[in-house]
Amino acid sequence: MTVIDQTAESGETPLLRVDHVKKYFPIRKGVMQREVAHVHAVDDVTFAVREGETLGLVGESGCGKSTLGRTVVRLLEPTAGEIVFQGTPIQHLGTRRLRPLRREMQMVFQDPYASLNPRKRVGTIVSDPMRIHDLGSRADQKRRVNEILETVGLSPEHYNRFPHEFSGGQRQRIGIARALALRPKLIVADEPVSALDVSIQSQMLNLLDDLQNELQLTYIFIAHDLGVVRHVSDRIAVMYLGKIVELSPAEELYTRPIMPYTEALLSAVPIPDPDLAEKRERIVLEGDVPSPINPPSGCRFHPRCRYATDICQQVEPPLVDYGHGHLAACHHPLNVDQAALQQAGVAEQHTPAAADGTALPQDTSGRSNPSVAPTRD
Amino acid sequence: MAERLLEVNDLKVSFATEDGIVQAVSGISFGLERGKVLGIVGESGSGKSVTAMTLMGLTRGVNARFEGEVLYKGTDLLKVSDAELQNYRGNELGMIFQDPMTSLNPVYRIGDQIVEGIQAHEKVDKRTARSRAIELLRQVGIPNPDARVENYPHEFSGGMRQRAMIAMALSCNPSILIADEPTTALDVTIQAQIVDLVSRLKDDFDSAVIFITHDLGVIAEIADEIIVMYAGRVVERGSKRDVFYDPQMPYTWGLLGSIPRLDRPKAERLHTIEGMPPSLINLPEGCKFRPRCPHAFEKCQQEPALENRVEAPGHLDRCWLDVEFKRGRRDETISGGSAEAA
Repeated sequence: MTVIDQTAESGETPLLRVDHVKKYFPIRKGVMQREVAHVHAVDDVTFAVREGETLGLVGESGCGKSTLGRTVVRLLEPTAGEIVFQGTPIQHLGTRRLRPLRREMQMVFQDPYASLNPRKRVGTIVSDPMRIHDLGSRADQKRRVNEILETVGLSPEHYNRFPHEFSGGQRQRIGIARALALRPKLIVADEPVSALDVSIQSQMLNLLDDLQNELQLTYIFIAHDLGVVRHVSDRIAVMYLGKIVELSPAEELYTRPIMPYTEALLSAVPIPDPDLAEKRERIVLEGDVPSPINPPSGCRFHPRCRYATDICQQVEPPLVDYGHGHLAACHHPLNVDQAALQQAGVAEQHTPAAADGTALPQDTSGRSNPSVAPTRD
Repeated sequence: MAERLLEVNDLKVSFATEDGIVQAVSGISFGLERGKVLGIVGESGSGKSVTAMTLMGLTRGVNARFEGEVLYKGTDLLKVSDAELQNYRGNELGMIFQDPMTSLNPVYRIGDQIVEGIQAHEKVDKRTARSRAIELLRQVGIPNPDARVENYPHEFSGGMRQRAMIAMALSCNPSILIADEPTTALDVTIQAQIVDLVSRLKDDFDSAVIFITHDLGVIAEIADEIIVMYAGRVVERGSKRDVFYDPQMPYTWGLLGSIPRLDRPKAERLHTIEGMPPSLINLPEGCKFRPRCPHAFEKCQQEPALENRVEAPGHLDRCWLDVEFKRGRRDETISGGSAEAA
């Protein structure tokens, strides 16, 4: 079994390394507030983020993607595991020791209406991080705020306005400006565009893209929209019930999903093309995501998986590397040939006959075998 | 020819606010036949929800002004009294709201909420209504409905709540089901289930559906006819194929181009529609999309009428541009920065 450690493989130190991180929330009952159970929000997750890359994090609601994002920037303390940021383990640092690190990692939140204080002016909202970290004089701070407002596509005259005077898209720009104020290295963006209209959403995605190039930012981009995630990400991690079930170079995830859950997610994405929509066969997942309080045994996806067999109920599949950084946790991997299986050291299990291409959203006509090389930059 | 259930003629809705008159809907017309799905697409503030709520009589109020007609099987719903309207709501037109979390009353059991709806419209005893409620829950795909009918909304997941909402809307066999962004708050996997459910129920109940969404992907799957709204107006209207394969409004191209699409190679950059939708209090002169339109020219200072300008007879648009010019130019917008033009 290949051990999952991208650091060893690439040689360079990643900006962020998350190692067997768990986050359980206790459920308390009774007068004594005794712990009766746990919500396994994030359950043994390992990945690394290289400097300058965008890691997309997708999954249905309740899969733990937001909890993971918050744990990574230490808005939450992990129950177990290690989080190493620029070589420093940060999983148990206290508030005081964390403060200098907060300059390096910032967060953009989902709801642009709820994440800005309605009683503060834009200038104050964006300059607060600088004031808290005591950076520069008042005048410097003001100059910097105006600079950032311009970078995110607002104008300096917005300095004295209140959040309610802005539209949703503009508010999200303010949220991004606030995150940029301290020139962070890592930005965790939690569903930054899902509350916006499509035309505004594309403006925001382009803005995030420009900022990344200009300021050499590293993003962890959390979203449930697979189209959006594909557009922004270099690599994508798919989460299900607190676990990463597939981690892959972005393009490859869409052309060659290995985990049946990923296949089903992709086939559920509606396609704005009536003919294609009619042609493709959709895999409709039955039921809802099971409760993370008492997750299913073995592979957590087995109750909804159309390929599930006995082994899936009993043994939890490990996350296995199938070549060029494409990892998946499945007993019946799809789209994998014998060579890759042997290389990965997985026993020869009966894989479902080549996953039906019809389930994939791609218009594969006229395209060669979609074994896309991983994009690395 | 199928029975024509609804005919909306030049509907205008405005609201008096402290800041001035908000012209939320300015002159929209459409018809709806039994068995058909009409998709209404547009961004926030385009008037699509106000249109839907007006059909249900939910926008009535001291500050609201209505013009035009909403003819349901010949009766103008704008003219009927509030009491009479009660016979149409639920019985003839059912509505599914966007947010299943807030549209259900958290302190009543799911079953009681459905029973209440049934008893408000029909003289049936509680036991009959209750067995109807269970049957409805089964039809919308709630497992174990006999037990689930006793649950409170918080015991349901998001997808199940939306199913319960649909059961409620269907409880009195309405001929028209109005679904206002029914899938927006849901995950893609659940969204796919709900879209399938709505189109199946449409056939089972032999009704017509008005499906409002901002998601062109969902529209491509479910709609027969599509209306694209912008600033309270219909800017393009046609069959699903017309709108997707021969779109005439630059706004429609922009919408199609702004979506990161899984069926195309990844675009370097997404197409964006510059600027923001106009304020409904202070609309621009002429074509309402002119300030954001990259192809605007002098003639756009006058507002174009919603007319048929192409071969397909039912395909209407509001754009002065030459049809051939548009056919040559639109792909660069629709396929965004994608290397491969469609």
